[in-house]
Amino acid sequence: MLHRLRNNDSDLQSVYARKLALQVQEIEEKETLAPGNVYIAPPNYHVLLEKDLSFSLDSSELENFSRPSIDVTFASAARVLGKGVAGILLSGANSDGSKGLKAIAEKGGLAIVQDPAEAEVATMPAAGLRLTPACRVFTLQKIQDFLTSLL
Amino acid sequence: MKDDQEDLFEQEVEALITAINAHYGYDFSGYARASVYRRIRRFMDNKRLPGIPELQQAVLRDSYFFEGFLQEVTVNVTEMFRDPSFFLSLRQHVLPRLSTYPHIKIWDAGCSTGEELFSLLILLEEEGLLKRTKVYATDINQKVLKEAREGIYPARSIAAYTAGYYAAGGKREFSSYYTSNYGGIKFNSSLLKNVLFYPHNLATDFSFNEFHLIICRNVLIYFTRELQEKVYALFDESLVPLGYLGLGKKETLTLAGISKDFEVIDKSNRIYRKIR
Ligand SMILES: C[S@@+](CC[C@H](N)C(=O)[O-])C[C@H]1O[C@@H](n2cnc3c(N)ncnc32)[C@H](O)[C@@H]1O
Repeated sequence: MLHRLRNNDSDLQSVYARKLALQVQEIEEKETLAPGNVYIAPPNYHVLLEKDLSFSLDSSELENFSRPSIDVTFASAARVLGKGVAGILLSGANSDGSKGLKAIAEKGGLAIVQDPAEAEVATMPAAGLRLTPACRVFTLQKIQDFLTSLL
Repeated sequence: MKDDQEDLFEQEVEALITAINAHYGYDFSGYARASVYRRIRRFMDNKRLPGIPELQQAVLRDSYFFEGFLQEVTVNVTEMFRDPSFFLSLRQHVLPRLSTYPHIKIWDAGCSTGEELFSLLILLEEEGLLKRTKVYATDINQKVLKEAREGIYPARSIAAYTAGYYAAGGKREFSSYYTSNYGGIKFNSSLLKNVLFYPHNLATDFSFNEFHLIICRNVLIYFTRELQEKVYALFDESLVPLGYLGLGKKETLTLAGISKDFEVIDKSNRIYRKIR
């Protein structure tokens, strides 16, 4: 999930697709979560996960000045996937995501923040750490190792 | 929240949906749940209601309170020229085709507070079609229809709307379409001359006319696949042969049962045409 400009069709998808062996796609509404895919939240919509693992999009009010809001997606993923979720908060300029990260930790999922000392903008991971003191604090290198270990 | 608390919450929401349908005739059973749960939680937080039983009691007892609830659950957020490229594409690819008809009928379904409607009316005016077009503007929610009819919007949105207007191929001064006063702008009522406002529930109401163009944006994302199928069939039934359908930026006909009867006019702007 990335906070980016609205009405912006920047082609993030192909940027990532070039670097990854995984399938990369911008989420279409009602698409079903499937293994081996990287999903990118579309600009200007919140993303929620339904019980049947399909994505719902929602164009309602900004949350934490953001749409998509990380809190919204993390909270609904925590509800549906419980222990099967890892949430990672990276460098970012507001505290969106901290409540969602807490929800993930409470449901037994893995809560991770980028080491605020290393993050370009520490606000977001620092807020995550404040709300979930027990979360793991990883450097980018460690996050990378962790993600690779999942494949 | 604990899992069993959430299970209970979700069961209670199902009971609430059934009760509302029985009492008011609004059927939310086909709405995608993750979003419904979120809207209901928001509403309960705002109204400081401790739980669904209290909410249910208040909603069923007081129809005015229910109006507020309806407002919250059916997301009304909208703007003018949302995704300007959609409106540019309408202007370039659809309106020239519609101009061959002596009388044009358009349905703006789920028009909310009218920002999308006025965007469309301005396009029609500039393409010389406004006088011979009837626009049916409908929504489930009577309150937003009333606001749409007034056409008054906060002045703080002007900069964004003006930018959207030009990005959508605007040909005049955007300010020629409205007058400003008291921190608001009011669109010229002459734009509304051929507009009919009706309450219409896409989940339960029937086809009521035949149209050359149906616009329904950011409404179907809130519905389950089953309800979407039903609404697509309703649109199919409500379009003339070779009529156009315009959806929201992230909505698609690709998976729909009717997709074989439609051709894609503009893939990224989700504009389709009925060919069978
Ligand atoms: C997010 S707004 C979209 C407004 C506008 N079309 C746009 O794209 O900006 C969704 C609108 O759909 C309406 N709506 C929700 N459920 C509906 C239903 N069952 N039938 C008709 N309209 C409905 C809501 O009241 C709301 O005004």
